[in-house]
Amino acid sequence: MDAISDIEVKGAALPAPRHRVRRTPLSWARGGGLSALVFMAPMLIVFGAFSWYPIVRTVVMSLQHTNLVQAPTWVGLDNFSAVIHDPQTPIAVKNTAYFALLALVFGYPIPLAAAVLMSEVRRARGWFSALAYLPVVIPPVVAVLLWKVFYDGSSVGVFNTILGWVHLGPYPWLQSQQWAMPSLVLESTWANAGGTVIIYLAALTGVNAELYEAASVDGAGLWQKVWRVTLPQLRGVLLVTMILQIIGTAQVFLEPFLFTSGGPANATLTVMLQIYDYAFGNSLGGDYGRATALSLMLAGFLAVFSLVYLRATRSWSTE
Amino acid sequence: MKSIRLATAVVAAGLLAVCATAAAVGSTKKAVTISVASLIPGSTPAAIQQFNEQVAEFERAHPSIKVKPVEYQWTGPTFAAKLAAGTLPTVFEVPFTDARTLGDNGQLADLTAGAKALPYVSKYNKAVLAEGTDSKGRIVALPKGAYAQALHYNRKLFAQAGLNPNKPPRTWAQVEADALAITQKTGKPGYVEMAKDDNTAGWILTTLVYTLGGRMEQGIGTRAKATVDNKQTISALNLLHHMRWVDNSMGANFDYGWSDINQAFAAGNIGMYISGSDVYTNLVQASKIDPSIYGLAALPLAKNKKAGVLGGGTLVAVKPTVSAAEKAAALKWIDFFYEEPLISKAQAVRNAKTLVANKQPVGVPALPLFNKKQYDLANSWIKPYINVPIAQMKPFLTDIFAQPLIPEPEASTQSVYHALDAVVEAVLTNRNADIQGMLKQANSVAQQAISSGS
Repeated sequence: MDAISDIEVKGAALPAPRHRVRRTPLSWARGGGLSALVFMAPMLIVFGAFSWYPIVRTVVMSLQHTNLVQAPTWVGLDNFSAVIHDPQTPIAVKNTAYFALLALVFGYPIPLAAAVLMSEVRRARGWFSALAYLPVVIPPVVAVLLWKVFYDGSSVGVFNTILGWVHLGPYPWLQSQQWAMPSLVLESTWANAGGTVIIYLAALTGVNAELYEAASVDGAGLWQKVWRVTLPQLRGVLLVTMILQIIGTAQVFLEPFLFTSGGPANATLTVMLQIYDYAFGNSLGGDYGRATALSLMLAGFLAVFSLVYLRATRSWSTE
Repeated sequence: MKSIRLATAVVAAGLLAVCATAAAVGSTKKAVTISVASLIPGSTPAAIQQFNEQVAEFERAHPSIKVKPVEYQWTGPTFAAKLAAGTLPTVFEVPFTDARTLGDNGQLADLTAGAKALPYVSKYNKAVLAEGTDSKGRIVALPKGAYAQALHYNRKLFAQAGLNPNKPPRTWAQVEADALAITQKTGKPGYVEMAKDDNTAGWILTTLVYTLGGRMEQGIGTRAKATVDNKQTISALNLLHHMRWVDNSMGANFDYGWSDINQAFAAGNIGMYISGSDVYTNLVQASKIDPSIYGLAALPLAKNKKAGVLGGGTLVAVKPTVSAAEKAAALKWIDFFYEEPLISKAQAVRNAKTLVANKQPVGVPALPLFNKKQYDLANSWIKPYINVPIAQMKPFLTDIFAQPLIPEPEASTQSVYHALDAVVEAVLTNRNADIQGMLKQANSVAQQAISSGS
């Protein structure tokens, strides 16, 4: 018997024809659209007011000559041109690149090494994690001001005294054009390594223990295990933390501002500090046009850099 | 019963009506609130107490005005930010260098009418009042205090180094020699100079250059010519270089700003430094200096006709966006707090008594805002209350009035100072700094700032 007769005979129900519900505002509201909007509203308002609107204002101000106290005038791309021709801009860019490079060479491997060592420890691992994270908990401004005192260049400064016990120094720290930037990187690494250590520790727990056993069977020592097992397994996390670090160090402001105000003789002048100087350096009213122009240039550069980076490392990541 | 209740009700209503009318009459005079710059952040509780007592005295004399003290310190960056945000107090202070341009840009209220009504406005030193007058002739700020740069020295370190504390150096060669002696005998830096990137480095370098007879600018306004790379600037930088690298008498830290150098001096870690003649107030209020170590001398001048002492000062101004009532109240406060103690004996004495009661300094050497006669008169009124070691400041008071007073560079002052900051820092931190090259570059930066009016 065919299906239709089955239905006719046994009265089985046909599947109900699908109604196309007409989408009206009322149906949208009833279907949960309104409550979704209500829940999203605070986020939209806060982000709109404090993130998106300022970005739009930044783009607008970069095309104006404005000091926020008199009426602004439109000047097209003059601000960008002025920034590019400012003799301090290449200095700021060079110093920022130098800071980022130092932070990458010295500050990037340290949290990884610390995490690997800590993961080898069986007991008291929690204590080590807490100790590693402690510098991150100290407010950055407090940490910098403390270190500024420690970095006193005379032989009675804290660091110089300690180094004096092992017959080293005294070193000029922040008082020398050569030493100032490395001093900043040292403090920055101390202050920020803890967060990355925690991330790596978590990532390390995801490495399969059998891999290490297999490596031991093959006769690998500790260094071989790290190089051949740990690092490849952590590839994804390492690539992400690297790009985050580069973006973060390209925007360094706190350390140069509080330690040296960009000195001595512009040795620690960074792009963000230059932006701050444009905006607030002149007591008669800042040049917000140039400040926003340089901000946009920095943001554009970092965006392009990130895209290039993600493309280039796509084959290396775990995706 | 009913009639008693009715009567009570009528009486009560009548009383209420009377009270209401009285209250209404009493409150037709609305209270005006103004916020005023008080002390710099970090001042001692005693200093804050003293200020509040003066506020209370003012409010007693003017019941319809309420005064709100706001901590305030003029620094380039914070002033610019507050100006842009509109969060300056109603009454605030600006240095001589900025008032005119701020007035021209409409950032300060026009006080001409109110100022002209003050009985002593014609007695002001013309040069001092001109600092607060914009290019259209409007009075936009009234003088608060004028200072001359001076040499502050630590008498105790002088004694320890075998030098006579009552005979401070009178030539730059003597400054060098004394600094070397202090470093060798006490281990403390003998001479320290401000070298922070916040315009103070350029300010003190300009001071040094003035004492050698040089000038940083020629002409006025946006047509002025920057001359920061003149002969005297090179001499001044060479002097610093010699003291830093050959004598090693400048210590090991070179990033002192206005506040930190005061702190380090008060802590007894500096032999000599240059700053305004009126910083003793800050040394007491923020750093609790031991008065016995303080000595004040005039700056050594070279034997050059154009050598002189950099003079500056502070003006007090009013926010432009205030109502007429607030402006009138602000002028009353300015008159009471800033000007009266210099003009009226009763107010000067009252002021001094309050300061003394709170252990705040009275008698710190300042420069005349009016004329020398008024200055001497005002000083005589407060003489019984002077609690600063005035005898230790004698070298300054004896010499200063014979020294030519030179105003700060007129055009784009702060920008010119800023251009020089890096040069000073380079000389102090790099033995092989290219002084000539850096000065040339600083000159072009300064010229650009002058020509663009910033």
